[in-house]
Amino acid sequence: MTERQQPLRVVIVDDEAPARNRMRDLLAECAQAVPLVIEGEAASGRAALDLLSSRRADVVLLDIRMPEMDGIELARHLQKLDRPPAVIFTTAYDAYAIRAFEVHAVDYLLKPIRAARLREALARVPSAPPPGAGALRELQTGARAFLSAHERGKIHLIPIEDVVYLKAELKYVTVYTAQHAYLIEEPLTALELEYAVPFVRVHRNCLVARKAVRGFERADGDGGEGHWVVLLEGCDEKIAVSRRQQHIVRELGRQ
Amino acid sequence: MASIVNQNAYSSALPNFRNLGILLRILLIVNVAAFAAAVVKSETLRGAWIQFVEISAVVEPLLILSLLALMLLNGVLSRMPYSLGVLAVTGLELGLTTVLYAAGRPLLAPESPLERYWVLVAIVTLVLCAYFDLRGRALSPALAEARLQALQARIRPHFLFNSLNAVLSLIRQDPKRAEVALEDMADLFRVLMADNRELTPLAREVELCRQYLNLEQLRLGERLRVEWHIDNMPGDALVPPLILQPLLENAVYHGIEPRIEPGSISINIYMAREQVHAVLRNPYQRQGNHHAGNKMALGNIRERLQLHFDAEASLTTTISDNAYQVHIAIPYVRQRNS
Repeated sequence: MTERQQPLRVVIVDDEAPARNRMRDLLAECAQAVPLVIEGEAASGRAALDLLSSRRADVVLLDIRMPEMDGIELARHLQKLDRPPAVIFTTAYDAYAIRAFEVHAVDYLLKPIRAARLREALARVPSAPPPGAGALRELQTGARAFLSAHERGKIHLIPIEDVVYLKAELKYVTVYTAQHAYLIEEPLTALELEYAVPFVRVHRNCLVARKAVRGFERADGDGGEGHWVVLLEGCDEKIAVSRRQQHIVRELGRQ
Repeated sequence: MASIVNQNAYSSALPNFRNLGILLRILLIVNVAAFAAAVVKSETLRGAWIQFVEISAVVEPLLILSLLALMLLNGVLSRMPYSLGVLAVTGLELGLTTVLYAAGRPLLAPESPLERYWVLVAIVTLVLCAYFDLRGRALSPALAEARLQALQARIRPHFLFNSLNAVLSLIRQDPKRAEVALEDMADLFRVLMADNRELTPLAREVELCRQYLNLEQLRLGERLRVEWHIDNMPGDALVPPLILQPLLENAVYHGIEPRIEPGSISINIYMAREQVHAVLRNPYQRQGNHHAGNKMALGNIRERLQLHFDAEASLTTTISDNAYQVHIAIPYVRQRNS
């Protein structure tokens, strides 16, 4: 069965050109043992997502430390593809990540990479499932720089600083920026935990960006009793502050 | 074997009387002693104050003259064997006391004989010498330790392995560049593993920084830009080894690597008022997920500056909107060809 298998489609993601060159050399060496084609290379997470929205890959060789978006965050966004590729992380030195990879049985290679190690890892790809969303979430040390929405087969990146508020509706969360609204499939509680510093919960179903808060207003409720609403920069909608979260009116109103 | 043992043993020496920290310590200790004497002599605190002023009239002229004389004679004294040096300093003090006693006699009309002052001055001088000897002993293992610290905080494994990876990538396509890179790496590690207690010429440290930045350039390509402003650099100034390289490593790790756009690091070294100044600037982004490595390297360098130059060296950091700056000032000390 292995004889007639399609060649493995590989994408290389690393911000350092020499590291990508080296990986290409190594892959050429492995090609005899594991049939493969290099589908492309990317120097950043954003470029990788662009590449993978037009081409399919079976495996992504992914550097962890990259500017703007690290490898682990990229792997999380890649999970939203229709058929997410397997991921093999590469790193020169990252004690924390390596411990975490061991715990979650995520495949990784240490730079400088040996051809033999790479060959083994590639050979495992067809039988190995892509890393689970849960494992990746635990691998991430800080908050993601972007949220990602799946739109017409493409992954759309939303920089977290552009987000004005997040609202939970049924099983989705709607991400509102000044211009657009996107649907994402993540629990609001997990988002609240991840962005505890830049965002604040004003209602059971709503997180707003602290820096977007313009002020608060008293609004009349149905039962004649008034309640607070929050006014946001770049957004006309007034969002109700729930009774339980009234204290944030005082906390944020003072600033 | 014996010579190795000797290197670690502490040999007594007079302090450097041209060091501001040493002079301040002498001033402080003598004045505190004078005040203690005043308190002992009088019954009330107010009386002690008046007493202190009276004592000061006698002590301060001697103190100032002594410090001036010691500064002038520092070269001669430092070349003497330790015991002879202590004897010379004591003799000098007794001589100055005699001169001042004779000169001040008509003014102050002292009741006590000159011998009493001799005894007092000799005691204070010898106690001070003992203090500086003990302090030297206390700091000397610290200097040996400094070498260890220099090793520990230096060179992130991250840099080592990424650079090795970059060199490996060159071996097939560009063997010449790979050779140069490995030579640079060898030089860098030779310094890292050397005994770094001795000062080194600034030109040597700058050369090391260049080699380090060449290696980083290999990996980062045009993302890393370096601006050197070292035309007015005193290359012969002595500095602690690895005083600039770790700062550049920080600049690359925190300033360049987290950026997608190219960024530049500027290195400005110049001389002003007998001090060597080094100012390093790199782009800065406020980002939460950085490690404590930066503070560690800064703390290490600050400590080594203090060990070598006491209060005369300084390290300050400034963060502006988009730049991070480290400014080091070190007294200008040159290599002596003796």
